Amino acid sequence: MISVIRRICWAFMVISLAAGGRPAVAEDTIKVAYVDPFSGPFASGGDEFLKVFGYILAKVNADGGALGKKFELVPFDDKLQPAEALIALKSITDQNIPFVMQCTGSNVGAALVDGVSKHNARNPDNRILYLNCGALATELTNEQCDFWQFRFTGNVEMRAAAGIKALPMDVKKVYLLNQDYLFGQSIQHDTRKWLAKLRPDIQVVGDELMPFGKVQDFSPYIQKIKASSAQSVITGNYNRDLNLLIKAAVDDGLNVRFDTYLAHLIGGPTAIGAAGEHRLTTITEFDPNVPAELHKTDAEAFSNGWRANHETDFSEVPFLTMFQMLARAIDKAGSTDALQVALALEGMKATDLVGFPVEMRKDDHQLLMPYYAASFSRDVKYDAEKTGLGWKTDFIASTEDLTLPTVCKMKRPAS
Amino acid sequence: METVLISVLNGLVYGMLLFMLASGLTLIFSMMGVLNFAHASIYMLGAYLAFTASQFLGFFPALIIAPVVCGLIGAAIEIWGLRRVHHNGHIAELLFTFGLVFIIQRLVQMTWGMLPMAYRVPPVLDFPLFSLYGVNFPAYRAFMLLVSGAMLLGTWLLLKKTRVGLIIQAALTHPNMVSALGHNVPRVFTIVFAGGCLLAGLAGVIGGNYQTTEPGMADSMGPIVFVVVVFGGLGSLAGCVVASIIMGMIQTFAVVIDYSISDILRPLGVVFTGDTLFTEILTVPVARIGALLPFVMMVTILFFRPRGLLGTRDT
Repeated sequence: MISVIRRICWAFMVISLAAGGRPAVAEDTIKVAYVDPFSGPFASGGDEFLKVFGYILAKVNADGGALGKKFELVPFDDKLQPAEALIALKSITDQNIPFVMQCTGSNVGAALVDGVSKHNARNPDNRILYLNCGALATELTNEQCDFWQFRFTGNVEMRAAAGIKALPMDVKKVYLLNQDYLFGQSIQHDTRKWLAKLRPDIQVVGDELMPFGKVQDFSPYIQKIKASSAQSVITGNYNRDLNLLIKAAVDDGLNVRFDTYLAHLIGGPTAIGAAGEHRLTTITEFDPNVPAELHKTDAEAFSNGWRANHETDFSEVPFLTMFQMLARAIDKAGSTDALQVALALEGMKATDLVGFPVEMRKDDHQLLMPYYAASFSRDVKYDAEKTGLGWKTDFIASTEDLTLPTVCKMKRPAS
Repeated sequence: METVLISVLNGLVYGMLLFMLASGLTLIFSMMGVLNFAHASIYMLGAYLAFTASQFLGFFPALIIAPVVCGLIGAAIEIWGLRRVHHNGHIAELLFTFGLVFIIQRLVQMTWGMLPMAYRVPPVLDFPLFSLYGVNFPAYRAFMLLVSGAMLLGTWLLLKKTRVGLIIQAALTHPNMVSALGHNVPRVFTIVFAGGCLLAGLAGVIGGNYQTTEPGMADSMGPIVFVVVVFGGLGSLAGCVVASIIMGMIQTFAVVIDYSISDILRPLGVVFTGDTLFTEILTVPVARIGALLPFVMMVTILFFRPRGLLGTRDT
């Protein structure tokens, strides 16, 4: 037994020597900490995003980076747990990394907004900026808005407004089905709000919350939807909760539209397949077919560059916009000082990959950006995840369309 | 009336899917006394193997190959893993299978990736069998019922009507006596564990394309299967069938019920207003918490009848 322990100790010593012997990275880079789930059930999202960021940073760095330096990503695993994210934040600030970026989960996002705000109040000489690229809860740039957070993705309300604007005029009866947790409830709330505002002619014939990730058999829901004689099911469901719903609908011969917010998430097209043809729509930030339809060759070439080496599709244009705006802001500030970069980002206008104008609104630090409503169709240039079907753009909700009021009352640092 | 009839059919199909998964678990537990946490992981493995096999050979060969491979994997786990920890008692076995869950999960992710597989129902079974009040009943669901029925019958016959079954049952209660009679008891255990894994693999082949084949499928099916086994009575095949169908029916019917506790109390003149501590509990419709009812029932039955519906010994 003792010899085993001794052997293990030796092994550890060898490993630590080997690790310590590696030369330190000599090149001076601008570090950006990236907090997302890289293990556990949500790891597929974090893994994919990490690859996408690799592709995006190659372009941004080739374009010159910022201050003549390259960006370098430092990943931290949060397992989609706010507590883990805060531990990561501690480690990030200890290493003096000036930016923390996070793209999955509003619960983690809320914790980071709070954590970063407190850290900056306590350590004015070691401040950090939170770049939100995927915590979608509307509150984060409204009631809970914070000076140190910049959100580079549309919030739930913007997506809801885009989705309702895109509904065809002949849809008169809709059924809302959402997951019973924070995100599902806010989708439900904002969908109702914008239905009442934009389409008072539509009758909500069903409004239901279902347990998140617990339902294995959707047949009873299909039966209820059928009985309600709805023409469209509007849902914020994603992953398994969406795939099983659509499968059950096709099996039971339910012929309605599925107007979703997140059907395009990676793995969705593969899992749904031909079952989604002619009935499935989604709200995207970008899709390879957008530049093809609008004849934007640069954007098409960029998305094809990703497609050539990956099974998935490039849809993360806001990630690119984020790094391009960040690089400009750092150049303008002349340093990576959080306050100076934040002031440079405020009100910054830019054009996204496709060529549409975007703006980082000063009042709430929400990026104002366009959204695309698309339906799942064979009639496309680029299919999604090699399924033979892809997202055909039906409607573009422009940046002006989605410039929604905010209730944010931001506390600004005395500068 | 039509709602009831369709719900009964849906509940039955879902119940039998649960049974396919739970039967292997019950078999292993009743014969070996091992609560196999990794059972749902073998189910997932079955689905993935079936997907890969069906790409090369078609669905029906996969229906045979995938469960057999799962059975072989089960045998390997028993011989090189479980048997070695067996003499340390049941806790050690439990922890061993618990660890397996994570290992299999990671292996599957590393082999097939993190995204869902395009594992579909074979075209020969992809048509509506009949239509009931305008709702289609797909042929594949009938096929599921058929397979699960055959599985129930086969397992029951094997255990109760053959010499092999007799030896297996005897090996559990009187291992020394069975060994003295010249039977290889460790091999009996290996066969039982492999058999249980084979059933899980078969459930995976059927369930993988009925639902979706993805790395999260073990996590989502694992808890409900344990509920079924505990509710039906650990180690009782009959209890397992009854519990599966009850759970299937409950979840299906719960979705249709849009009433809450306060709706029942309203005719009695009790009306809840305002925002008290209990408003949420009393006004939440049953449909919204339907998927949680099985867990409530498990807790209830453990409270009043710890051995489960038809169980033979206490949990």
